[in-house]
Amino acid sequence: MAAVQWRSRGRNYDAELQRCRPEAALVEFGDYHPLKPIMVTDTKTRRGARKGSTSSSSSSSSSAPADPLSSMLDGTDPLSMFAAASATEAPAMTHSSSTGDLGRKRREKEEEAVGLDFEHWSSKRGEILARFTTTEKLSINLFMGSDRGKALSPGSSAVSEKVRTRLEELDDLEEGSQRELLNLSQQDYANRIEELNQSLKEAWASDQKVKALKIVIQCSKLLSDTSVIQFYPSKFVLITDILDTFGRLVYDRIWTMCSDPRPLPDGFTVEDVNDTAKETCLNWFFKIASIRELLPRLYVEAAILKCNRFLNKSGIQETLPRLTAMIRGIGDPLVAAYTRAYLCRVGMEVAPHLKDSLNRNFFDLLGTFRQISAESVQNQLVLQRVEVPEYLTLYSPAINWILQCIAYRAPEPLLTEMMERCKTLGNNALLLNSVMRAFRPEFVAARATDFISMIKECDESGFPKHLLFGSLGRSLACADPPESERLTILNEAWKVITKVRSPQDYVNCAEIWVEFTCRHFTKREVNTVLADIIKHMTPDRAFEDAYPQLQSVIRKILTYLHDFSVLFSMERFLPFLDMFQKDSVRVEVCKSIMEVFIRHQVELTRDPVILNAMLHICKTMHDSVNALTLEDEKRSLALLIIGFIRMVSFGRDFEQQLSFCVEARATFCNLEPVLVQLIHTVNQLAMETLRVMRGSHSRKTAAFVRACAAYSFITIPSLSSIFSRLSLYLLSGQVALANQCLSQSDAFLQAAVSVLPEVPRSISVEGKLRSSESFLLDFINNFLATLLVVPDHPEHGVLYLVRGLLNMVQDYTWEDNSDAKVRVYVSALPVLAAMSQETYLYSIPKVDSNETLYGGDPKFLSEINKLCETLIGQILDHLKALGRDEQNPRRQGALAFSLFGVLLAHGDLRNNKLSQLAVNLWNLSHKHGFCETRISVRTLEFIKHQAQQPDMAHLSDTVQRLALQSRT
Amino acid sequence: MSVTLDIRLKRANKVYHEGEAVTGVIVLVCKEALQHHGITLNMEGLVNLQLSSKSVGVFEAFYNSVKPIQLISSNIEVAKAGKIPGGKTEIPFEFPLQTKGNKVLYETYHGVFVNIQYTLRCDMKRSLLAKDLSRNCEFIVHCQPQKAKVVPTAVNFTITPDTLQNIRDRNVLPKFLIRGHLDATNCVISQPLTGEVVVENSDVPVKSIELQLVRVETCGCAEGYARDATEIQNIQIAEGDVCHGLSIPIYMVFPRLFTCPTLETTNFKVEFEVNVVIVLHDDHLITENFPLKLCRV
Repeated sequence: MAAVQWRSRGRNYDAELQRCRPEAALVEFGDYHPLKPIMVTDTKTRRGARKGSTSSSSSSSSSAPADPLSSMLDGTDPLSMFAAASATEAPAMTHSSSTGDLGRKRREKEEEAVGLDFEHWSSKRGEILARFTTTEKLSINLFMGSDRGKALSPGSSAVSEKVRTRLEELDDLEEGSQRELLNLSQQDYANRIEELNQSLKEAWASDQKVKALKIVIQCSKLLSDTSVIQFYPSKFVLITDILDTFGRLVYDRIWTMCSDPRPLPDGFTVEDVNDTAKETCLNWFFKIASIRELLPRLYVEAAILKCNRFLNKSGIQETLPRLTAMIRGIGDPLVAAYTRAYLCRVGMEVAPHLKDSLNRNFFDLLGTFRQISAESVQNQLVLQRVEVPEYLTLYSPAINWILQCIAYRAPEPLLTEMMERCKTLGNNALLLNSVMRAFRPEFVAARATDFISMIKECDESGFPKHLLFGSLGRSLACADPPESERLTILNEAWKVITKVRSPQDYVNCAEIWVEFTCRHFTKREVNTVLADIIKHMTPDRAFEDAYPQLQSVIRKILTYLHDFSVLFSMERFLPFLDMFQKDSVRVEVCKSIMEVFIRHQVELTRDPVILNAMLHICKTMHDSVNALTLEDEKRSLALLIIGFIRMVSFGRDFEQQLSFCVEARATFCNLEPVLVQLIHTVNQLAMETLRVMRGSHSRKTAAFVRACAAYSFITIPSLSSIFSRLSLYLLSGQVALANQCLSQSDAFLQAAVSVLPEVPRSISVEGKLRSSESFLLDFINNFLATLLVVPDHPEHGVLYLVRGLLNMVQDYTWEDNSDAKVRVYVSALPVLAAMSQETYLYSIPKVDSNETLYGGDPKFLSEINKLCETLIGQILDHLKALGRDEQNPRRQGALAFSLFGVLLAHGDLRNNKLSQLAVNLWNLSHKHGFCETRISVRTLEFIKHQAQQPDMAHLSDTVQRLALQSRT
Repeated sequence: MSVTLDIRLKRANKVYHEGEAVTGVIVLVCKEALQHHGITLNMEGLVNLQLSSKSVGVFEAFYNSVKPIQLISSNIEVAKAGKIPGGKTEIPFEFPLQTKGNKVLYETYHGVFVNIQYTLRCDMKRSLLAKDLSRNCEFIVHCQPQKAKVVPTAVNFTITPDTLQNIRDRNVLPKFLIRGHLDATNCVISQPLTGEVVVENSDVPVKSIELQLVRVETCGCAEGYARDATEIQNIQIAEGDVCHGLSIPIYMVFPRLFTCPTLETTNFKVEFEVNVVIVLHDDHLITENFPLKLCRV
């Protein structure tokens, strides 16, 4: 049967290594070399580089390695270059080009644009909609046949044709279009308004401008209706959306009318607008001026305020004060306040530099404040059964907005003046609240004590004080009050907060002040605050309704307190966590704590306080895992826990560390990645021990290392993923071997071999089913490489593990039609060849490998050779089988070539039979022409090169017999 | 075979003054060449007088005498009978806006009993089988600016129960004091009517304050005349129970076409008035009337 006789080639690894070292070649300094510092010679002149500071980049060469990324971005980045370019173009397009004019224009532009620091309406929108809700039934009353139509049709005999068609259009709509929608829920109402918004757009698109205007008028009329007053702010939001849409539509239309032949530049002037556009624009204003009712007229004119730009330069400047004054005609203070808010909003958008009318609006608002206590308002409140405090809160979005507009980039004296005015109005709580919310936090913070005394003085009846303290707290969270006042501020504020009865109100306010406390005070104060919150929230399980606020408390504490030993040493922190009793919330809180821990805990820790608390938190997270938990969720939890485990170190106290791992294993048994990490940690621990002992274990450490191995050995089987098990067995085996635990290492490797048959043929990778073959081949190759240094067990036979592995490979049910088994055989040959060397390629300190055990015993060598021969026999059989099957010439060729390669590298080709076999394999691989000629040629060159080495002369004979395929 | 006829004036706002030329183009769009018997363009300015139904009975006798007064009329032939090629054809035209004799071109005004209107009418005569085509286009005439300087004089007013006329029972009236002023009663038509009104106090809450613009049209001749006041528009300036002591702006834009400079001729008169109307919550209606004199500068 032994058709071939294997003889391994003797190797001298050291000499080979020497030969393989490349000759050191000197690189000429001027030569190109990829790793040389990059020379940047930048001769581009940048258009956008107008700032004097960056213009030095015209021509520079740097000798230091320049980072290509930063060199790209130095000076101006591409985006701002665009902006700069357009800024230069815009004035160029207008007729004037004198430099002074240019400068003025730019200045204007800066004034006009509202900076990014201005909080836009869109961000307030959602908040208002969410806050002002109602369960009462609402109604929409739309009179589509508006009075305006009647007003415009005074004479029926002599109206022009155009007007007549318009009027007919009106009549059409008038019939049956007066509808009153009753009993709408809030959602229905919002939907209706959205429908109106849509029909406005449709009407506009289908050129029914009159209908569009009518929709807008009807909608703004709804704003004078204050029934269901709690919903009014939300109604305002919904309806002003429509007005905004309308304003945009009108503006865009007129804009496109003058964009022929080329679009208007951004900073266009009246002269650029053509007559038709002006006439259309004027028409709109005349139409709106004849709207009968005050409120729609105001709103609609405000909505198209921007269109004044088409008509004259000072239009906006004149209209704003006029509209501001007209608002005085609105009797209902709430309606008036919101109208003012809308006007300010439009004004801010269109002409932010016109501050005067903003101030005017606010002063008018103050002037009409007494209206709130007037009889008609009070009657209405009684009728709708709304309490005064609730009614007052309805004002806050409007007043806040107005004040925000005023306070935006306002000089300090103005703000002081505003404050004084509020004071003269008897410290009206509502105003005070808005002032604190709208003015710059720095401003408020600097006068925090003043504000506190004002809050104390203002009368309790209207506006709840905790809201005032909430607003103050919000400002103090962003800006720092003077150092000396901080403690008094906190004491004063908390005195009030702690007296708030309703848990919901209390927690809303407390949540805000936690930030201030964390910013400026130590754990003692924070702890007190936490204790107070716990005290308030525990009765009647009030915390159940306040999870978002409580979570925010935790978040704020975590932002400021990164020292976890301090954090956990606060008595009240863990009890605070205990308030999160709903599972999902609790896990979320734990996760956020863990995230902060991982991000900010830099040093490894052994602090028992931290460890206990963190273990508790991790356990909470771990225990939330159940059968229904999603894979992703599990993965993220596992990552967080792993992050914690990696931060734990007991320094030299290895035993403690091991016992921690034991505890962790018991705690986190459901999360496989955590177990894997634990095994890695323990392996690392063993290696660390070895390093500390400088390679030789004492009796005590040897026992410890064995304990580590035992830990791994009993943990691995509990993993379900077969490949983690395999690789961990191998890794732990290697670690055990390195630590001179031979029997443990044997056990690991044996276990690995015995697990092999269980490997499924396909595994799921990222949700897709993949063949496991390549993973398995990788593993086996890795395993084989390790086996080189594993000494044989004295009681088992020679090469017990190699044989065992090969037997397993033979018995494994490989995929049909796969060469995997044979490929394993091919890759086993080099290992066997390496084993038969006198000195092994690598070895483990203090472990005697087979080279020393057998000392080159001929019996051992012949045993190896026999094994090789069997393998080659198997391979050849397989090649024959492939040959029979005509479809697989490519596979046959590749396999034959790889065996040829192994023979060449590891076989002793002086042996005639082997060299004959090699020649045959070469021919076989080239038989069907699937071999890449390039590789063949290089192989031949390599062999020729090898043949020049001493002891290798025989190769030149072989080369003679290797025919290269003709290239036809 | 479709053809459309259109008159396009050169000025987008269609406003012309005496002595200027009304220019524009006649636009003809047809798919194929079109045979016609001549295109004419006619410019006409007319004052139409109408008697209100309530006065018809009285003045039936001279009903015929209120026939339209022609202010201007001229006619040109744009094209002689012939053919128009298919596609879009633009024929420019120009009319001098000039009166004959001592006639005055009044400003365009759309009222109820008096209408002053200027139109361009384009007619296209066609063969017997096809209908004649015709197109009307109104243009607007603004009269020459007034020479004399308008000096605005403010008019103050105070309304209390005692200042009111024609009320039946002064005792049922609630107490109130409303003050205010109009910046001027001789107004420039292109500028808004402005002023202020202050509700100093009122026992009954105010429901609404409105500005009612009224036209007073007088038609007549030697035998007699008919005078009618009708509302042009009503503008609300205050809604609800307004804050006492706070001045509320009076602001009203004079609507185009429906107002013109105050006009007084031998046959008719057009005058304007404004009413400040205060509606109280118990539906008491208090009105203060101000005659206006409108002019153009």
